[in-house]
Amino acid sequence: MSAAEDLGYQEKTHELKWVGKNVTRTDGVDKVTGRAQFGADLIMPGMLFGAVLRSPHAHAKINGIDTSKAEALKGVKAVICRDDFADQPSEMIQVGELSVNIRDVIRNVMAREKAMYDGHAIAAVAATTAAIARKALKLIEVDYEVLPHVIDVEEAMKPDAPLLNEDMFTDGVDPKPDKPSNIAKRLEIKLGDVEAGFADADVVIEREYRTRPVHQGYIEPHACVASYTEDGQGEVWASTPGHFLVRAITARLCGMDVSKVKATASEIGGGFGGKNIVYLEPLAMALSRKCGRPVKMAMHRNEVFRATGPTSGSHMKVKIGAKRDGKITAGWAELMFQAGAFPGSPVFPAAMCAYACYDLENVLVIGWDVIANRPKTTAYRAPGAQISAFAVESAMDELARELGIDPIDLRLMNAAKEGTKAAYGPTFGPVGQVESLEAIKNHPNYKIPLGPNQGRGVASGFWFNIGGETSVTMNVNDDGTIALTLGNPDLSGTRTSISVMAAEELGIEPDRIRPTIGDTTSLGFNFISAGSRTTFAVGKATVEASRVVIDEFRARAAATWDIPVEAVVWEDGHARPASSNAGDFEPLSLEDIAREAKKTGGPIAGHVETNVSGAGPSFATEAVDIEVDPETGHIKVLRFTAAQDAGKAIQPNFVEGQYQGAAVQGIGWALNEEYIYDDKGRLENPGFLDYRMPVASDLPMIDAVIVEVPNPNHPYGVRGIGETSIVPVMAAMANALEDATDVRINELPLSPPRVLKALNEKNGG
Amino acid sequence: MASDRVNWNGSDVITMRYEAPETMEAAVELLSSDEGARVLAGGTDLLVQLRAEMIEPSLVVDVKRIAAMREITKENDGIRVGAAVAGAELGEHEEFKATWPGVLEAFELIGSTQIQGRATMGGNLCNASPAADSVPAMIAAGATATILGPGGQRDVPVEDIAIGPGQTSLDKGELVTSFFFPKPAARTGDAYLRFIPRTEMDIAVVGAGICLTLDDSDICKAARVSLGAVAARALVVDEAADALIGTPVDEAALAKLAEAASAAAKPIDDKRGTKEFRIQVMGVMARRTAEIALARAKAN
Repeated sequence: MSAAEDLGYQEKTHELKWVGKNVTRTDGVDKVTGRAQFGADLIMPGMLFGAVLRSPHAHAKINGIDTSKAEALKGVKAVICRDDFADQPSEMIQVGELSVNIRDVIRNVMAREKAMYDGHAIAAVAATTAAIARKALKLIEVDYEVLPHVIDVEEAMKPDAPLLNEDMFTDGVDPKPDKPSNIAKRLEIKLGDVEAGFADADVVIEREYRTRPVHQGYIEPHACVASYTEDGQGEVWASTPGHFLVRAITARLCGMDVSKVKATASEIGGGFGGKNIVYLEPLAMALSRKCGRPVKMAMHRNEVFRATGPTSGSHMKVKIGAKRDGKITAGWAELMFQAGAFPGSPVFPAAMCAYACYDLENVLVIGWDVIANRPKTTAYRAPGAQISAFAVESAMDELARELGIDPIDLRLMNAAKEGTKAAYGPTFGPVGQVESLEAIKNHPNYKIPLGPNQGRGVASGFWFNIGGETSVTMNVNDDGTIALTLGNPDLSGTRTSISVMAAEELGIEPDRIRPTIGDTTSLGFNFISAGSRTTFAVGKATVEASRVVIDEFRARAAATWDIPVEAVVWEDGHARPASSNAGDFEPLSLEDIAREAKKTGGPIAGHVETNVSGAGPSFATEAVDIEVDPETGHIKVLRFTAAQDAGKAIQPNFVEGQYQGAAVQGIGWALNEEYIYDDKGRLENPGFLDYRMPVASDLPMIDAVIVEVPNPNHPYGVRGIGETSIVPVMAAMANALEDATDVRINELPLSPPRVLKALNEKNGG
Repeated sequence: MASDRVNWNGSDVITMRYEAPETMEAAVELLSSDEGARVLAGGTDLLVQLRAEMIEPSLVVDVKRIAAMREITKENDGIRVGAAVAGAELGEHEEFKATWPGVLEAFELIGSTQIQGRATMGGNLCNASPAADSVPAMIAAGATATILGPGGQRDVPVEDIAIGPGQTSLDKGELVTSFFFPKPAARTGDAYLRFIPRTEMDIAVVGAGICLTLDDSDICKAARVSLGAVAARALVVDEAADALIGTPVDEAALAKLAEAASAAAKPIDDKRGTKEFRIQVMGVMARRTAEIALARAKAN
């Protein structure tokens, strides 16, 4: 055995000791006792409090900013605005599954020529107290020239829509348009010949769909502390899924060398993709640079709603053709996605995922990326895939009804499987779509009889998952315990899952391994915790690091026994002679080797720096039962079953928690979540009271079913599991609504006013 | 500077006077003395408005230390509930619970368990939200508010306190100190229902409080209907009550009630619901509320 060995999946010949069991969560006690340090918890000597002035206008030219009165207020130490940042050239950088243009990032962090949405940052203040900082904001005078605005994606695409960016000419159309528009880009995913496919179809379902932007709804608002010292060194502590990203963007926007910014991640109170970008950190650093004192910035909830997130709203058209027997002959879709104030909606992944659940010969998906006067969209759990799935999986349900085929059977008949060429390019290896469908079909919940006003809906979903750059260090302490340093903030228990894999490799108890999220100076680069990559990619790198350490243990034992290293095996936490031929030596435990390390060559450590590949896509199928109040349009969720392919669940209870959380977010998206703007483009519901996410009593216990089709590219078979379970939810809900009421609604949310109106129309009211 | 003075957002410098008097008279004196004075009862609205910078009071008068405002007392012809009694406290009062289940269920719908430990009916009324849950129930029950002010004490029907969103008929320095619930006639039942898109932690999109009394032959001889969240203040709808009075509260009467409730509703379109939705659902909720009140009256 050696570290260079293939890190692919190996069917285990012995029972796994820790992997697949549930161990106590490493960060559990600190979280339930309130000890865990989140973004706003750090207090520094001499620290100031920052606050951001935000645009009250949806679209306005900024003719001037006068900060002199704010600067004169006692207690104010620094005021910054656009003049404190150099402009950036147009250049794409990768943030999670999506990429952004750094020229737009600088504009989103601090408005330059124009305020692009209600809540857009215009200036920032650091003062000795938060109250003084807020008072100072009121003293900043901004000369706005209010411009016509546009919020809705369909409106924004019209030729006479207010123009957000005079220099934007739609990419991806030939010839290049001669007039600017709000349409940033056209893209296409194509396989086979859809025209021929539709000509071959006996039945065609063609529908239009609309969804609203929704916020990720993380509990913890964005928060950070930055400190810039006289020698030009900067430190930043932030709530983030990727402190290496915080370092990169903060250094870039503040004109600093990467080495001059040290970033440390706090615990993170949820992100779901919404924190895959920065808002406050460059402002805090610039403020600190201006006054030489640490600056804390923490958003209020209304700032979170007005200026961060969400994911796109959309207008979508779908057309699916099939033979009478259910075989799909063609799938077509046109997706128009609202990107917010700057280009970069998740329309590309939405287009790639739209038909990924199916083994089709003819697919064409056209995507449009459209800007409008609302916050720049960020990633949200399987970005875009949930939106296109709402459309495609709703249409699939109508197709099943039209053909008189059970919705699961229709999906099984057309399911993607090993060898399927996906429209977006790759040919799938072993995948679990058939297994997820069968898991729902065979689940007792799927057989429970329904009562009056009740309905059942089914839908499937797909997400790619990613690998990416990963650095891991494993240090062996002299008492035989392990210090494991990881570079990916832990959003979901990943520290524990990764330690469990290390424990399995090393043959020791997991609580002898202490996992720490290292700062940006303690490890090589790590891509952010996104794309359900962490347990897969960091886990894989950690297995590799463990094997490096094991090889060193074997070498030390071989030297001690004076036999060749090949004659030493590592079993169950001990170095042993490979056979009696190798010699008759008492096995050396990990503690024995660690204790003697000083004498046998010094400290023992393993570190791995790699770009992890081989992420396994994950499919999910879900079934929901609802009951509709026919007099109010209120939907009650009776039961919800989520079956998703995990590859291998390292910690089954964490995996179940991810499926449940994803299902709940989808239920909120389906039922009530929406942004409400007034006629001036100002957000009217920037808080959890009126931005109606579900509360606990709105939900049944979500039944999570772990399907395991091992990923051949991970030593334990792990796939990413954090995202796919949100993908099918909205369509499953709409499908259940039709089952309950015979009313089909192709627009989210399925809020009581919308449902009641549709019921009235059905009843001729 | 890891000082106790500085909390997470550094909000240590809000210059605001706080007083916690122990008598109603002292409270009235304080309230009369400062233009920018606000009453703090449970604080479940006031503190939220403070944090949101919607209000900047110069003086906050905490009335929770006034014993008389936190008592529930039985009087000859009814029950008196201090205006600063918290929901959780009222919920533990067996006689009130048995007598006015509708008022109690309305009060207990406000917020969460934690909020219930603080929230008061006095605060719910004087915050003057058209969507306040306890208000239509109190109005249906025929409750009166006892008010103490610089000019002395007066009793006012609950429906006359709130006059519009955030506005009350109270004069400067006046404080609602208690509510009086008259002993109900035999065979009386009350109920409150609201519609919200979720199941809790939300604000009424519409609300209905109904109290009705049956005679010996199960005919409704008296009724009060109050509707919330469908006008600038909670409404008393006599037409809706008239639909019940003289009937056995059968399907026909309930249909007439629903129609009258919808007709009386004059809602606005806002972030919490559309006009047409509120009008239709107002009728539905009024009917459902009457059905519960009817069952309770029959059981009494």
